[in-house]
Amino acid sequence: MLWGSNARETHPIFFHHVLKAVRKGARLYVVDPRRTASAEWAEGWLPVNVGADVALANGIAHAILAEGLEHKGFIANATEDVDAYKALVARYDLARVARLTGVAPEMIQRVARDYAKAERAMICWTLGITEHHNAVDNVLSLINLCLLTGHVGKWGSGCNPLRGQNNVQGGGDSGALPHKLPGFQDVEDDAIRARYDALWGRTIPPKKGWHLTEMFEAMEHGHLRALFVLGENPAQSEADATRTRRLLGGLEFLLVQDIFLTRTAEMADVVLPGSASFCEAEGTVTNSERRVQRVRKSIEPPGNAKDDIEILCALSKRLGYDLALPNAKAAWDELRELSPMHHGMSYERLEALGGIQWPCPDESHPGSPFLHGRLWETPVRGMKARFHPAEDVPPVEALDDEFPLRLTTGRRLDSYNTGVQSGGYASPRRMQETVDLSPADMRSLGLADGERVRVVSRRGAVVAPARVDPGLKPGLVFMTLHFPDQVDVNLLTIDATDPRSGTAEFKAAAVRVEKV
Amino acid sequence: MSESKRTIELTIDGRKTSVPEGSTLLQACQGLAIDVPTFCWAENLTPVNVCRICVVELEGARTLVPACSRKAEAGMVVQTESERVKLSRKLVLELLGSSVDMSLASEFQALATKYDAHPERFGPRAPRAAPGEREAARAGHHYAEDGEHAANVAQPKKVDNELFVRDYAKCMLCYKCVEACGTDAQNTFAIAVAGRGFDARIATELEAPLPDSACVFCGNCVGVCPTGALMFKAESDVREKGEWDESRQTVTDTICPYCGVGCQLTLRVQANQILRVTSPADHSVTSGHLCIKGRFGWGFVQGKKP
Repeated sequence: MLWGSNARETHPIFFHHVLKAVRKGARLYVVDPRRTASAEWAEGWLPVNVGADVALANGIAHAILAEGLEHKGFIANATEDVDAYKALVARYDLARVARLTGVAPEMIQRVARDYAKAERAMICWTLGITEHHNAVDNVLSLINLCLLTGHVGKWGSGCNPLRGQNNVQGGGDSGALPHKLPGFQDVEDDAIRARYDALWGRTIPPKKGWHLTEMFEAMEHGHLRALFVLGENPAQSEADATRTRRLLGGLEFLLVQDIFLTRTAEMADVVLPGSASFCEAEGTVTNSERRVQRVRKSIEPPGNAKDDIEILCALSKRLGYDLALPNAKAAWDELRELSPMHHGMSYERLEALGGIQWPCPDESHPGSPFLHGRLWETPVRGMKARFHPAEDVPPVEALDDEFPLRLTTGRRLDSYNTGVQSGGYASPRRMQETVDLSPADMRSLGLADGERVRVVSRRGAVVAPARVDPGLKPGLVFMTLHFPDQVDVNLLTIDATDPRSGTAEFKAAAVRVEKV
Repeated sequence: MSESKRTIELTIDGRKTSVPEGSTLLQACQGLAIDVPTFCWAENLTPVNVCRICVVELEGARTLVPACSRKAEAGMVVQTESERVKLSRKLVLELLGSSVDMSLASEFQALATKYDAHPERFGPRAPRAAPGEREAARAGHHYAEDGEHAANVAQPKKVDNELFVRDYAKCMLCYKCVEACGTDAQNTFAIAVAGRGFDARIATELEAPLPDSACVFCGNCVGVCPTGALMFKAESDVREKGEWDESRQTVTDTICPYCGVGCQLTLRVQANQILRVTSPADHSVTSGHLCIKGRFGWGFVQGKKP
């Protein structure tokens, strides 16, 4: 099941694996408000209303329980709090869920049966799940389905967020999180921190830091006055761009390290020219299946640009601490020393095995193709997996007469995020930004294909050509964030944020569309 | 989850060997380190056995059999370099060499020497087809050759986008591009073989230029092309300027800078310019196939402004 993911366009080579499986008889269901290129390959498309994912997941659980298709043995052995979950989903009968989600009761029932009865089943999701004000509830609702059916901790089963960037997994794994040290070790755990203090000869701060959203809040309140941005373009990628730029502009000091003079870099007091990690530097990246793989230098960076490690070490030295890490391998070996799950991954082994999936605790360990296998042991070692009942909560911004259309944002095959990378090649298929509308809305607004329209939300307005997309339901508007210099779609989006994940509701803004 | 398979015993070039049931003769030969030439076969594509260069002699069979797709059976006795095999390979090489520009096909020259193939014996090449001429050919309409020249597929390059060029004068109709565009990888079905006989050619629907076709520019066709008929525009431009120099090139494996799937890229670089991006056919993530961003989206490190 692909849920809130258009992998055919955004993870094309992952989707090759899906297609191989489909051709061998695997069954594919796609949950998406849009009938995407991925949905066209599915035997069932569930056209969920934007933001109704929790309701749909609860409805599927309701149907599974109604027919007694849950995995009773797994639930009893490996999970907790199933009774609270059952009590909650009892209230999500199919008639109600169909009303909330826009998905036919028959389809919900069919998916419930196929998912629960499958020998192996996977749920993969992306930003359609996580770019919501209740992102964590969305994720937990999908995990609940995995636990209910026992589709976890086994080869070919599980719940899997498809990562959107080549090293977003590796960044988190290696401690680029405000509350974790490398290997997801808790920064507030004194014993763990003591190992770092000993190795580095310094005391590291005992309290967790801020995530991105909290940083912007801290800027708002004047608690954060200096910012160091590496390889990120928040001036264009954050929701509610007007506010973002005001806050970045109000900093006392903004330092940006990037390979381009991005919109964010243009606002900086100092810009440090870094290098492109995939071809101008050595190192590792970690993909969506936790596979650590080597990146290698193949070209020289331009002009005065330097290797990022060199810049960071030089900066650290001037700040009074000599990191003494001359190269990527030394940094990696230090990480291996501190992070048990990376310990067995020497450069030599990464080379020989073509990448290794963590956890890999020692140099004889082959790596781990899947996680949570312990849940099938009797009795379960360690913590049981807990059901987290979650209620349906609609998007923060309700539709009304003034803003009657639902804007959802996403991505296209040949472009990437704010276009900083993908703008550098001439894709013959690239359209500039469009305002995609359903045929019915095009008609009722009296629009011709290609006619320029103004899209207005409570926060801003943009102008772009209208484009008819028969894959959209009436009431749904789709735009991308690929061309912010021409059409700044994040002027429209809302920064309503899930406090637990820090991710804004890029997928659900209320807008109206007007003739220009 | 592979189940244990039965073992098949057979004899190749007088040597006994055993392979798992379902193996091809080519795999059996590879296991014995016996070199069998291939053009249309690739480890990441389903065999279509059209090029016939891999044929071997199977005792008891009326015709030579393609090693790339013929499954090993118990008790088979196979000769990979019999006189009949050598003659057949020589003919295949001569027909290909006289009708197709095989100058960039790896191993072609070495094979031509090994099998004493002389494509030039069919006479000088007939002149290159005019633009659109081969595309206009209709099945069943044939014109007698003049008997003086070797019929061939020489024709102008098709350059209709900035990512890759199609030089069908080099196309030997191995079907690899069609397979990679179809069920073996991309499942886009932008190209197929059109026409019949000597007029057969790789075509988009209604001969549309690629940007107007179903093509999504993954370049997986380029990645599997064995003759250089499909080529990165960057590589083609350097070759046309006469600057292609493999002694000044580096080949480096790295990981794609875009999404989180983690596709391995092999970058071929000359003078700090990326000229070709491929992926190893045995990489667990890619099976050798990439998407448009991974294969072509590297301009941002080459001074191309976003």
